[in-house]
Amino acid sequence: MEALTNRSKRVSNKKLSLGERLYLPAIVGGLGITIRHFFKKKVTIQYPEEQRPMSSVYRGLHVLKRDEQGRERCTACGLCAVACPAEAITMTASERKKGEEHLYREEKYAAVYEINMLRCIFCGLCEEACPKQAIYLQSDKLAPSFFSRTDVIYGKDRLVQSMETITSAKSVKSGLTTSDRYVDKVWKNGKY
Amino acid sequence: MELYFFLAKAIIILVIFGITLLIATYSTYAERKVAAFIQDRIGPNRAGPWGLLQPIADAGKMFFKEDFIPAKASKWLFIAGPSLAMITACLTSCVVPFGSTLDLRFLGIENLVPIQGIDVNIGILYVFGLVSLGVYGVMIGGWASNNKFSLLGAMRAASQNISYELAMSLSIIAIIMMTGSLSINQIVDDQDAFWKWNVFRQPVGFIIFIVCAFAECNRTPFDLPECETELIGGYHTEYSSMKLGFYLFAEYINMFVSSAVISALYFGGYHFPGESLLAGMLPADALGHNLLTMIGVGVFFGKILFFIFFFMWVRWTIARFRYDQLMNLGWKSLIPLSILNILVTGAVVLAWPKIESAFAFLN
Repeated sequence: MEALTNRSKRVSNKKLSLGERLYLPAIVGGLGITIRHFFKKKVTIQYPEEQRPMSSVYRGLHVLKRDEQGRERCTACGLCAVACPAEAITMTASERKKGEEHLYREEKYAAVYEINMLRCIFCGLCEEACPKQAIYLQSDKLAPSFFSRTDVIYGKDRLVQSMETITSAKSVKSGLTTSDRYVDKVWKNGKY
Repeated sequence: MELYFFLAKAIIILVIFGITLLIATYSTYAERKVAAFIQDRIGPNRAGPWGLLQPIADAGKMFFKEDFIPAKASKWLFIAGPSLAMITACLTSCVVPFGSTLDLRFLGIENLVPIQGIDVNIGILYVFGLVSLGVYGVMIGGWASNNKFSLLGAMRAASQNISYELAMSLSIIAIIMMTGSLSINQIVDDQDAFWKWNVFRQPVGFIIFIVCAFAECNRTPFDLPECETELIGGYHTEYSSMKLGFYLFAEYINMFVSSAVISALYFGGYHFPGESLLAGMLPADALGHNLLTMIGVGVFFGKILFFIFFFMWVRWTIARFRYDQLMNLGWKSLIPLSILNILVTGAVVLAWPKIESAFAFLN
């Protein structure tokens, strides 16, 4: 049969020579390969003590950002919920009352904001859709594992950025975190 | 002072026994480390510093597992199998000379005390006798389990061991002809210089012997009796708890003993290059003699450890033979080769006086 491509190789069925039938040269060659691996540098990362540096564009657990004065950025416009392909986000909007200006940046805010972490696929489309730069997927924090179904739905209590981080972290995206700095250092040192 | 002599002997035997068990224990650790390193991993490193307590953790785990005997198994034979494997493995190391002699005249012992369990003049025969007894442990265990896979594994083990024992014994005959003695002590003392090591005088015999040693220990590439992928563990499929532990442990003891026998028969045992030079530098009294002996013991253990490493190195390099390949290699290659080796060695041994006298003018 005519070959369609020239990629196929003809199988050689030639008889083994005496040297090949002795096995020993091949075995010695194999031993050479394994002993070279024996002295190679190991790539294992000792997990709990040592962690693999995460990429600075990694999409981890969500955070609802505050602005520089500590006011919640989210205005409950619902664009993130619309953008979400997994329909993981729900929210209830509410109007800002007098005297709450230090809590919410705009007149409207999310009274309830929930993300179902079992539905979320961590695609980051909510982050892209948000016009107020309110929701981000953190690069240094993974969504934890759950042990009960009631744990799965993250409300504002677990999503909104804590006040302490506002004073320290300064970054466009979710604040420059320790792991970001680690990644930068590692990359500059040329380890990865 | 016969009593002191016996006491010294008893202590030496106990120490040898202890060291055998210790090395076998840590062989399991070394096996995992070597496997890991060859596969670019790190291996056990959580139990104790560098994972050094791992063997103890393993033994603890083994002890706490349920000691299960299948309902249809032959109960006594089921227990006798691993016991026999363990006993025969432990008995073998007593004829191996781990060092030359200790001068203990300051204790009132007139004779030099050899660092050896018993110095019998049929040492080699004793080793082979016990090695062939070891097959019974496997065979009884596999048969008593009342399980097809176990029986198949045991059959494979028995036929493999019997086939390779032949070639092994034949390859030894060449050495025995050269030395003129069955005593391992004599064979070791015959190799008191580096160029007289049997590995240089009997290279073919050495290769046959080491291949057969791998087969006798059921080590890869000859681990057909217990190949997990085909026989789910082979003869020890039905075993659990410390009975399984005994089988696995016996394998490591056998590995230690084989390494010791290989080093003694082919690599000069406790002799090392530069020994006579060192003996000349050390004082000629009891202390110097003992010091030299202890260095020899250290060298011997170095050789043993190297061969244990070699066993592991090979295990993580080569794939398992197919059963027909195994039998072809044993019966059609190794046995004819070793017979040929005997013939050539015999001819050279017979002709040696004539060759020597013919080249006498060179001296």
